Amino acid sequence: MDARNNLYYLKFGVLKMNRNDVVEQITKIFQDVFDDPNLTLKDDTTAQDVPGWDSVAMINIIVAIEEHFNIRLKTREIDGLKSVGDLYETVLAKVS
Amino acid sequence: MSTPQLAWLPDPTVATKGHLWDQRLSQAKDAAPDWDTLLDLARYNLNFMRTMKLDRVLTRQFPEPPAHLSVKPVRLALLGSSTINHLIPSLRVAALRHGIWLTVHTGEYGSYRQELGQDDDALKAFAPTLILLLLDARHIAGFLPRNADQAAADTACQEVVERLLPECWREAKSRYGCPVLQTSFLPVFPRLMGSAEALLPSSSANFITRINALLAASCHKHGAIFVDLAAEATRYGLEAWYDPSLWWRAKQEIAPSAAPAFGELVGRSLAALAGRSSKCLVLDLDNTLWGGVIGDDGLDGIELGQGSPLGEAFVALQEFALRLSRRGVVLAVCSKNDEANARLPFQKHPEMILREKDIGCFVANWNDKAENIREIASRLSIGLDSIVFVDDNPFERSRVREALPMVNVPEIPEDPTLVPDAVAAAGYFDLIELSAEDLNRSDQYQANLQRQSLQESATDLGSYLNGLDMTLIYGAFNSTNLSRITQLINKSNQFNLTTRRYSQDDLTALMADDTAFGLWFRLTDRFGDNGLIAVVIGRDAAEGIVDIDTWLMSCRVLGRGVEEATLSVIAAQARARGAIALRGTYLPTLKNSMVADMYSRLGFTLLEDRGIEGKSYILPLTEWMPATTSITLSSEF
Repeated sequence: MDARNNLYYLKFGVLKMNRNDVVEQITKIFQDVFDDPNLTLKDDTTAQDVPGWDSVAMINIIVAIEEHFNIRLKTREIDGLKSVGDLYETVLAKVS
Repeated sequence: MSTPQLAWLPDPTVATKGHLWDQRLSQAKDAAPDWDTLLDLARYNLNFMRTMKLDRVLTRQFPEPPAHLSVKPVRLALLGSSTINHLIPSLRVAALRHGIWLTVHTGEYGSYRQELGQDDDALKAFAPTLILLLLDARHIAGFLPRNADQAAADTACQEVVERLLPECWREAKSRYGCPVLQTSFLPVFPRLMGSAEALLPSSSANFITRINALLAASCHKHGAIFVDLAAEATRYGLEAWYDPSLWWRAKQEIAPSAAPAFGELVGRSLAALAGRSSKCLVLDLDNTLWGGVIGDDGLDGIELGQGSPLGEAFVALQEFALRLSRRGVVLAVCSKNDEANARLPFQKHPEMILREKDIGCFVANWNDKAENIREIASRLSIGLDSIVFVDDNPFERSRVREALPMVNVPEIPEDPTLVPDAVAAAGYFDLIELSAEDLNRSDQYQANLQRQSLQESATDLGSYLNGLDMTLIYGAFNSTNLSRITQLINKSNQFNLTTRRYSQDDLTALMADDTAFGLWFRLTDRFGDNGLIAVVIGRDAAEGIVDIDTWLMSCRVLGRGVEEATLSVIAAQARARGAIALRGTYLPTLKNSMVADMYSRLGFTLLEDRGIEGKSYILPLTEWMPATTSITLSSEF
């Protein structure tokens, strides 16, 4: 299902996004940012594990996530992220 | 938090041609490089991620400009005072959207003054054709002393607008030989006194407001090209363009999500510089110019005029169109209607703003609109890519988009009150300067139609042409008409024998060159002044030959013997330089087949045929006599 439709249903309480949806959609965003359709993420994946994950890529990830989920990540939340798993939880808390 | 949109372009998440945009990009990625496919993909409302993905395919497939592109490639040096690299993909994709191949060089972080103030090897080696100077508001506010009083603030303001920036523009010109695009500054500072901010001399917010107010005039005076970023940002608002969290994290003043809109803003200036601004607005009638269907509802039944919100909205669109036409955009009508019905409101409706005389070309019938738009382009002698088609009907829009991908077809909001802003936001008619030609163009097309109707009534072409009282005025390039000549050289595609593009600086150099000459031509007739309509550049070659390096003409004046008259002027010039022959060259492009055999028609002999590489021709001048035309020549040497 298209993410936009997802959000539409979410807004009207018809559909709740679960952790798997968030993982799947964030993985797609990472694949787009790093131009690698085969990129996979684990909860404990960090910036060291993904070639090219520098501060510029990080901003692209954050901006893409904010636009995709229509949420806002606070500076302190971003600074507190240690791994991809943290990112999932932060996003999930805002969309579910 | 909203995001600036390219709202006039179709939504990439809706399938077109049976596929979603993302699928079409994947297909393009694996296919052989095709410029037109990528150009089509660029004409969607892309967010920054899709823009980045398209840019990856673009830069991989076209590291060099594609062959046969009629628009000169642009080498853009992007110089800034903060982080700007994240804007590059959007700049390249926006250029693509306007048919321009762009390559970008960025300087070291924040070192624009060193790069402009002294020879910078990397920048020299890059050889830019254009520099974009993108300075952040904090950098500019740094020139205002912290405790400035009014006098100090005034001085600082003048210092920035009249010294610092113009010096950068001059350095760019003298060191790298290229013009500068200068953006205005985003109002990022919190206000300290609200509406009374102007009373506080040390206010950074007020300082930026003042500088922005002075910048356009300064650019104009010192020859920089003004890009009004601050004005564009008002459309979606500062919060959509500027995200303080990204400024403090990465010194990005323009948020990545606003990058596509920023790229587009610059892309329009590139298009205008290349003479690719749209020239003609083609309007549908029923439910576009008025509410209802004239054929069904009749003159009294259509919704137009004061008294109802929609009636007033349709008046507003007509008013907008009329104002566009007053500044050089030609208006045309393309409607599925019986012609008599379609014309009725223009003739009889008291609330109509547009009248028949305002419409350069009126087509109302039951034919396919794509065919009718072709007809309009041919009647007005303009390229399809300079047409903007406005129609409330999504079917007609997608039909025209599919049949004529080069025509600009903006998405139109369903609510008529939103249409004028939507068309203006699309920026198709944006210019970088206003020439006298632009102000007169609509009149010229109108006069052209009168000429055509005279042509239809005169049975014999010769007597028709004699009756036109044509005078061809010509002279050498001079500084007053150089900008118009440059514009013509860079935008003429159809009647253009060699399609060689030259910058204003190239032409300035040519004026000082003893071994070459540049000629301009303007044509007047009993209907008015057609303006500057032709340009020729000749160069001395060996063995007493003059090479016709460039010969181009406006298609508006085709079929009147102007080519013959022009040739007689070229021949006379060449003879005066002691030449014994003229050599003409035809270099084929996708657009100039109309002049493929012009030199043979004018009596030249074919010297060499190199196929797609072109042909060269020779015309011995020793015994040559000019053809008789209906045109009087008038020299302004």
